[in-house]
Amino acid sequence: MSEPPKRRAAVTGIGVVAPNGTSTESFWKSTEEGLSVLDRITREGCGHLPLKVAGEVRSFDPSAAVEERYLVQTDRYTHFAMAAADAALEDARLGRADTEGAPFSAGVVTAAGSGGGEFGQGELQKLWSKGSRYVGPWQSIAWFYAASTGQISIRRGFKGPCSVVAADEAGGLDALAHAARAVERGTDVIVAGATEAPLAPYSMVCQLGYRELSPVDDPARAYRPFTEGACGFVPAEGGAMLTVEEAGAARERGVPVRATLAGHAATFTGASRWELSREGLAEAIRGALAEAGCAPEEVDVVFADALGVPEADRAEALAIADALGGHGRRVPVTAPKTGTGRAYCAAPVLDAVAAVLAMEHGLIPPTPNVFDICHDLDLVTGCARAAQVGTALVLSRGLMGSNSALVLRHGAVGAP
Amino acid sequence: MTRRVAVTGIGVVAPGGIGAPAFWDLLADGRTATRGITFFDPTGLRSRIAAECDFDPVAAGLDEEQVARCDRYIQFALVAGEEAVRDSGIDLAGENPWRVAVSLGTAVGGTTRLENDYVLVSHRGERWDVDHHRAQPHLERAFTPSTLASTVAERFGARGPVQTVSTGCTSGLDAVGYALHTVEEGRADVCIAGASDSPISPITMACFDAIRATSPNNDDPAHASRPFDNDRDGFVMGEGSAVLVLEELEHARARGAHVYCELTGYATFGNAYHMTGLTSEGLEMAQAIETALDHARLDGSAIDYVNAHGSGTRQNDRHETAAVKRALGHHAYDTPMSSIKSMVGHSLGAIGAIEVVACVLALAHQVVPPTANYETPDPECDLDYVPRAARERKLNSVLSVGSGFGGFQSAVILTRQRERTR
Repeated sequence: MSEPPKRRAAVTGIGVVAPNGTSTESFWKSTEEGLSVLDRITREGCGHLPLKVAGEVRSFDPSAAVEERYLVQTDRYTHFAMAAADAALEDARLGRADTEGAPFSAGVVTAAGSGGGEFGQGELQKLWSKGSRYVGPWQSIAWFYAASTGQISIRRGFKGPCSVVAADEAGGLDALAHAARAVERGTDVIVAGATEAPLAPYSMVCQLGYRELSPVDDPARAYRPFTEGACGFVPAEGGAMLTVEEAGAARERGVPVRATLAGHAATFTGASRWELSREGLAEAIRGALAEAGCAPEEVDVVFADALGVPEADRAEALAIADALGGHGRRVPVTAPKTGTGRAYCAAPVLDAVAAVLAMEHGLIPPTPNVFDICHDLDLVTGCARAAQVGTALVLSRGLMGSNSALVLRHGAVGAP
Repeated sequence: MTRRVAVTGIGVVAPGGIGAPAFWDLLADGRTATRGITFFDPTGLRSRIAAECDFDPVAAGLDEEQVARCDRYIQFALVAGEEAVRDSGIDLAGENPWRVAVSLGTAVGGTTRLENDYVLVSHRGERWDVDHHRAQPHLERAFTPSTLASTVAERFGARGPVQTVSTGCTSGLDAVGYALHTVEEGRADVCIAGASDSPISPITMACFDAIRATSPNNDDPAHASRPFDNDRDGFVMGEGSAVLVLEELEHARARGAHVYCELTGYATFGNAYHMTGLTSEGLEMAQAIETALDHARLDGSAIDYVNAHGSGTRQNDRHETAAVKRALGHHAYDTPMSSIKSMVGHSLGAIGAIEVVACVLALAHQVVPPTANYETPDPECDLDYVPRAARERKLNSVLSVGSGFGGFQSAVILTRQRERTR
């Protein structure tokens, strides 16, 4: 008896709410041009804090994207998630009618690093300045890490497997892998990704303890990984959601498979133990390539984690060389997040989006603000580079010690 | 060749029972650990009761640095993790670290610590532009709940996939389910799995007050958690942690480990209905139970005990009763179903893992824990809720179910002797 064909997880839709663009088109234009939108933080109540530079999402109108009744009961991070999920599903031409008849076949997976901090600060303020009776009914569902998955599930009527990875940066890739595995086990479609909104006053105070945070307040110099000027990272808000769909189901709907989530692996080497992340990241790359059935030489571009901390940058450059061998010194590497900042869990999801778009456009976007590389890497800087990109490797590491690698293949893989 | 997943170690920090033996004594005796809140002055709150752990981290084995760096919920997980690893007899130093995973759940993570520091930096809520000079050391570790799995992984030298799962009140079940998939599908051979929460703080009590989910029975805290009883009036907040060592079965056998039982089935679905509301039909929880049975390759009739979510809200108890009847059919009437939240309260994300450990112990002792405080039947809840006293019973496969804010509906199945019924 022959085995049933392997179910494969495909990307059929993309939705972006990023500092450099709140649509896929505007995001790609900024990314491909190497535009940097890092700037002084303007959000209310943050001006006096020693953290001065971030990637803010400034061209997003929540009330244009989300109905009033959802707006009032959710934080900014969930506004981003609902808007991005809508865009990703629309992009995949997946309307309500497509899932209504089989609600258990559609699910939601998000990663969240810090939840609804701005909303939470508001309710904490009511509690401590006025009293417990002033805490509103939405606090119990807006601050916690599961808010976005729950609200998207309700808003779209998705009853399939729903999950939340509460994670450091690498969790964004883990959420995509989680979705891919649910699809491989039998769910038809999962809207998956991450969004973050960590630029509220108290949330920023919490981040000040990260010793990897950049102390530089010149936006052009604050986040310059792989250079002698590397001095830490710059935070950001926003994120992206992807429609992850079984390739055969997409084919039946007549929707193009834009990329295949071909392989993923995750390892752990300890919080802020950046030297050890060399081994952990290399192990994750090997695991992801093995799952994808991909030889190192097949990798056409690497989207680097690019933390911007010298020892972490060195560990990453060495990990790429360790895992890809001689090809590691030749393969183009890029880190477009230097133009937007690191939106925690959402950062590698935006990289996955950029990877899909790079494959479609045959163009590797550059690493803004970065020049004079001090590592043995072919880092794409200045202008985007034309290249045939069939396979992309996306890397991410988290401040709490996780390392993840994701292999994306252009279009459908193993299609009959 | 299907990989099977064994439970080889358990550890628990629960109200009224630190350590698995004390925890099981509490359940088997049907004692309750709910009381008036002592952690802070609860004056002004509608619900002023909780199930608190009498937990001394140093007496429980943690060193000063761990106590200083780790929030209470992480301290719980470290202590429960130590117990589970010791119980399993596994020598983690001798394992391939890349094949050791961690999967832990939490609903609210470091919010208690976040609130404490918020009060300082905001001058008790006076300022939106908070004063960072007043923040205490290690606050960043409370900011993201991934600190939970990260800290436990560092303690045990795990280098495989390390995940914190946060799906509200099903976090514990989902973290165990995630671990099951991780080992079953070959991404690790050993997984330290479980959950932890310490949510008894003014902001968390106040937010559940605001939606009237918690019990206002402040005059009789010991009898306030009354799942399935007609006179119930909400859940009683709890705290705690449970951790299990899950291991690929052949890996466990090869080192001669004691196998408590196997983790055989898991599923989760969303109700896509309401963030906090539940339907009276229980369709989605029934779907989770049926899918978990498929995963375990069992018929509903193989289930000998249902460990209920049983939070003690009217809508939950009716929803869950309907779901179990829908999934198990007439067999539901012959199957005892109890809620240990009657004794240890509802520790949000942690409780799912604590309930899985209760199931492991029920299988080991062949005893069904009771629903304490159950006296007056609710005509709409007509199953056997094991009132007040534990019951000896032949148990082979047991089911634990949970519902969470966000609409999550999850089910886990544990089996002592595997014999496929289909």
